[in-house]
Amino acid sequence: MPGSRVEFLPAGDTALVVQFGERVDRKLNERVLRLAESVRAADLEGVRETVPTFRSLLVHYDPLRTRFDVLCERLRGLIDSESALTVRSRRWSVPVCYESRFAPDLEEVAERTGHSTGEVISLHASVVYHVYMVGFLPGYPYLGDLPEALALPRRENPRVRVPPGSVAIATNLAAIYSLESPGGWHLIGATPVRIFDPDWSPPALFAPGDRVSFVRIDEDEFDRLSADVAAGRFRLQAEDAGS
Amino acid sequence: MTPGLRVIEPGTHTTLQDSGRFGMQALGVPVSGALDPVSFRIANGLVGNPLNAGALEVYFNGPVLEVCADNVRVALAGTEGEIELTGDESATIPAWRSVLLRRGARFRVGRVSDSACCYLAVAGGFQVDPCLGSVSTFARAGLGGFHGRALQPDDHLPTNLNRAPDRGEVRLRNPPAWSRPATLRVVLGPQEAYFTPDAVKALVEETFTVSVNSDRMGMRLDGIRLSHRDSYNIVSDGIPTGAIQVPGSGQPILLLNDHQTTGGYPKIATVISADLPAAGRLRPGDEVHFASVSVADAEDACREQQEKIDAMLDALEPVSGGGMNLAALYGENLISGIVRGDE
Repeated sequence: MPGSRVEFLPAGDTALVVQFGERVDRKLNERVLRLAESVRAADLEGVRETVPTFRSLLVHYDPLRTRFDVLCERLRGLIDSESALTVRSRRWSVPVCYESRFAPDLEEVAERTGHSTGEVISLHASVVYHVYMVGFLPGYPYLGDLPEALALPRRENPRVRVPPGSVAIATNLAAIYSLESPGGWHLIGATPVRIFDPDWSPPALFAPGDRVSFVRIDEDEFDRLSADVAAGRFRLQAEDAGS
Repeated sequence: MTPGLRVIEPGTHTTLQDSGRFGMQALGVPVSGALDPVSFRIANGLVGNPLNAGALEVYFNGPVLEVCADNVRVALAGTEGEIELTGDESATIPAWRSVLLRRGARFRVGRVSDSACCYLAVAGGFQVDPCLGSVSTFARAGLGGFHGRALQPDDHLPTNLNRAPDRGEVRLRNPPAWSRPATLRVVLGPQEAYFTPDAVKALVEETFTVSVNSDRMGMRLDGIRLSHRDSYNIVSDGIPTGAIQVPGSGQPILLLNDHQTTGGYPKIATVISADLPAAGRLRPGDEVHFASVSVADAEDACREQQEKIDAMLDALEPVSGGGMNLAALYGENLISGIVRGDE
């Protein structure tokens, strides 16, 4: 997409931001992920790692091995060549139980959006989500886009403790809490599946660029899967390795 | 039992750290690692370890530990505080030197009042498997280090060696000096355009004070509030260590090693890597100033600091006087009164 402005912003002397825009936007994000892939493939001198976000790529570098100016030029070259690299993308089907014991905010979301709880569930589970980025917590995926009909601002009073596995929504996004944490999103269900484990390689189930859909399960199924996960008998597998 | 150190008292938040966990930030895993990487490396250098070997980061109050090996060589770095032997023969060993401690010795890392953190390295290192390429502890996710957490009473921290290599003790000739109040150099951005010109000016002209509301994730800074031009929300982007983010309250937060990898508040400036050790050492109540520099100057400062550390480690000097082999001193009951003070 030559012509659209790309900015290079310093972030100290060990990182720089390649900013494609300032919106949550699939096209911007695809450019971010493509650049991340190009940087990985090009193995640029001094680059330690990159962090893709909705609309920018943070490039961490070692100032003893490269410099801001040099790196900007290298990155510009990679962006201009817009290589034909395809971003690796896997497809996941995540089981979710929407019963009230896992969904403290489901009623409120239904009320505020003018739907029945059943409609909220159907809407939430009707979309194939794109993993824009992973952040906030280890393994925490930012999923989009949530159907417009469910968009609500974050809660005014964030919870001090959100249990791991909680399935949440806010604004035009959905997410899954990977660990217990404070959190300000609306909790509408939970998955028994583990999405982060430091013993895995890589440790996070989802990577930026993956596609995720939600499949409704009942409480019995949740409890059975929970037990299997706890006993190490079950780990969610990707459905395909397409791009 | 495997050789190691037994934890008698754990201290405030004593964790195993190395220089950090790289390569996992795209999956939301913070770098973690030593808050003061200069002192951390020197501690390792003093005991003859690779400079990135895992060492104990003492955060505020230090632990009391007991030697459960034939002997261990340890070094404390990053403080004017001392290692206090707490057994029958009480004695103190200054920081910035190595010392050999025999089995059964109990010691406290005492009186650390000049820094939030300091480092205790043991020769040969701790026997802990790396997690995702690093032994650094990220306690929030229970990851890395010793069982993913800070030390607890009765932990047995295994060491790789039962006897330290036979060599003399060394010390650092001129320990690094940290100016007070600290002036931390920053590169403005990446989002300084989100702030009023007055806010950017205030950042580099005003004095800030480290809040008690601070931890390994970040340090809140009391002082003048920094006003946003317009919105205080950005679409989330990546965060490097040292970033100064400013939420809606206008109170800046200097993000430290356990910070989130991404976030949605604008970042007015980033502390340069050469000054991160000084930042990591700040204690609640400490005053701090910021000074703006260019990226090129910041990169030069990084190189200079690296050269300075290399030079320091090349110039370790033998501990003179022959009176410092504590193992021998213990044997001859000569410890008391000899160690304290000038060597």
